[in-house]
Amino acid sequence: MLAYLIRRVGQALLVIAAMATIVFLSIYAVGNPVDILANPNADAKEMAEISARLGLDKPLWEQFGLFVWNALHGDLGRSFVFNEPALKLIIQRMPATLELAFVALIMSIVIGIPLGVWAGLKPDAWSSRTIMSGSILGFSLPNFWIGLMLILLFAVQLKWLPSGGRGPTTNLFGIPVSFLSWEGLRYLLLPAFTLALYKAALVIRLSRSGTREAVLQDYVRFARAKGLSPTRIVLVHVLKNIMIPVVTILGLELGSMIAFAVVTETVFAYPGMGKLLIDSIGRLDRPVIVAYLMMVVVIFVVINLIVDLLYAALDPRVRLQESEG
Amino acid sequence: MTDAPFILDRGESLWRQRVSQFFAKPSAYISFGLLVLLLLIAVFAPWIAPQNPYDLAQLDIMDGRLPPGSKSMDGKTFWLGTDEQGRDMLSAILYGLRISLFVGVVSTFFACIIGASIGVFAAYKGGKVESFVMRLVDLQLSFPAILIALVLLAAFGRGIDKVIIALIIVQWAYYARTVRGNALVERNRDYMEAARSLALPRSRILFSHLLPNCLPPLIVVATVQVAHAIALEATLSFLGVGVPVTEPSLGMLIKNGYDYLMSGKYWISTWPGLALVLAIVVINLVGDRLRDVLNPRLAK
Repeated sequence: MLAYLIRRVGQALLVIAAMATIVFLSIYAVGNPVDILANPNADAKEMAEISARLGLDKPLWEQFGLFVWNALHGDLGRSFVFNEPALKLIIQRMPATLELAFVALIMSIVIGIPLGVWAGLKPDAWSSRTIMSGSILGFSLPNFWIGLMLILLFAVQLKWLPSGGRGPTTNLFGIPVSFLSWEGLRYLLLPAFTLALYKAALVIRLSRSGTREAVLQDYVRFARAKGLSPTRIVLVHVLKNIMIPVVTILGLELGSMIAFAVVTETVFAYPGMGKLLIDSIGRLDRPVIVAYLMMVVVIFVVINLIVDLLYAALDPRVRLQESEG
Repeated sequence: MTDAPFILDRGESLWRQRVSQFFAKPSAYISFGLLVLLLLIAVFAPWIAPQNPYDLAQLDIMDGRLPPGSKSMDGKTFWLGTDEQGRDMLSAILYGLRISLFVGVVSTFFACIIGASIGVFAAYKGGKVESFVMRLVDLQLSFPAILIALVLLAAFGRGIDKVIIALIIVQWAYYARTVRGNALVERNRDYMEAARSLALPRSRILFSHLLPNCLPPLIVVATVQVAHAIALEATLSFLGVGVPVTEPSLGMLIKNGYDYLMSGKYWISTWPGLALVLAIVVINLVGDRLRDVLNPRLAK
């Protein structure tokens, strides 16, 4: 197990190093942020000064070396625009994004599992067919447009919910969260629902196929023979068994939800890290772009690593296979 | 229908058999018909559209932000309203559909060719080459497509050509994986052994024996991927990193209307959005039907 652990962690570090190189080179090789930052009337001397202050006059390899050295010391550069450490800017906005992703995750479970189980129990009913067609729409429709239509309906026409932004926050262990007050929650509902739709479609598919498999199993037949009520069979026996794959997949998908929040946050003007990324791309604020991407890469690699290690801990075949191949 | 015989009737080619299977369901006529209609609209947009939305001489700022059905200053009717510059939304949508479909089809086409070649090569070679390629594919697919596309476009800048390149890089891995999976099965078939024992050149074995037999699932994936590519392009353009303002796709049109949504001017965003949704749904329906026909084992 130890050998597997070391190998797997080594691979993860390699992926992070490779991604750091790709991200740095692709973001730093193009465009000149000085053009955007400098006052339009600035002469060549002022431009050169700004360039020198930001360290952009050095050759690319030197900038890269400096970036790697600083990154190893936990410093991902200072934002050109805010003149604050890029990492700090991102960490400031992280609770908002994580909160959005978690609320969306819970919504996708609450929406997805009952619908999926229903569709799995009655695969031929028209209601189940409607659910499945709905899940195809959830997969294929562009998420930002659904968000816009929700704003149009609930914020502009009905005026029930705010159209965007983040509500008042309360501190929970020093972290500002908004889901504890009703007012704060109202701001979360629409963006979280929009973000949840895609994953809800996935949960519907997973729990439908899980249910269809489970109802054919011996333990369900036995429970039925014992005279248990159908409700109890579904709620206790079937549900427990389909939760395992659903929870595994959703855990893996948390990373992609954080990444996808970029779109949702832009639609709802929600002040999270995704909105910061889009604003920074528009302003060519390279250190923030790089810091965001590195943050997401690390989140992804860590999630994958944890899942792999858990699998290896639970299933010895995985580590054997790895050490052979 | 799903049990249709795979033995060829004399005089009826496999191709014709597949076509008649495709249209065995009446709904297939509708989705296929709509798809053809959308493609025709996209191709002939400049001749159908009431005005050229990007010829500034035809626009009148006085016609700006008119609701659907209003009359213009010179008496024309704007059936779907106008945007802030007095552009007829119907014309803008027709042109936007043209750009969206173009980006989706072209990027998918090239991604398919590149990905399939890499996949079939990897499967045929096996060993180190294969495991390297598949590691790369796994690594890329473990990150969401939208994120990779964002990084690429942040680096490239805006432009239709750049969006297409970014979408090709994002998509090739799907095809490589699909083809490789299929080629693994196919490479042990008798006809492959026959080709090898005839000592045919490797390129011929790869491209005229192995690849054609991997095509059916590839076609299904490619059809659905066109819809994905269109949705992704729309999302990127909405985020402001996709197509330039001068060549707006449907996503760009939706973005332009976003600012007016709050003041109740719904039409600038809603109609392009509906056009986008229609295109995506129709392509998905045709893709589903193709899956049923080309891959009976996967049929629901």
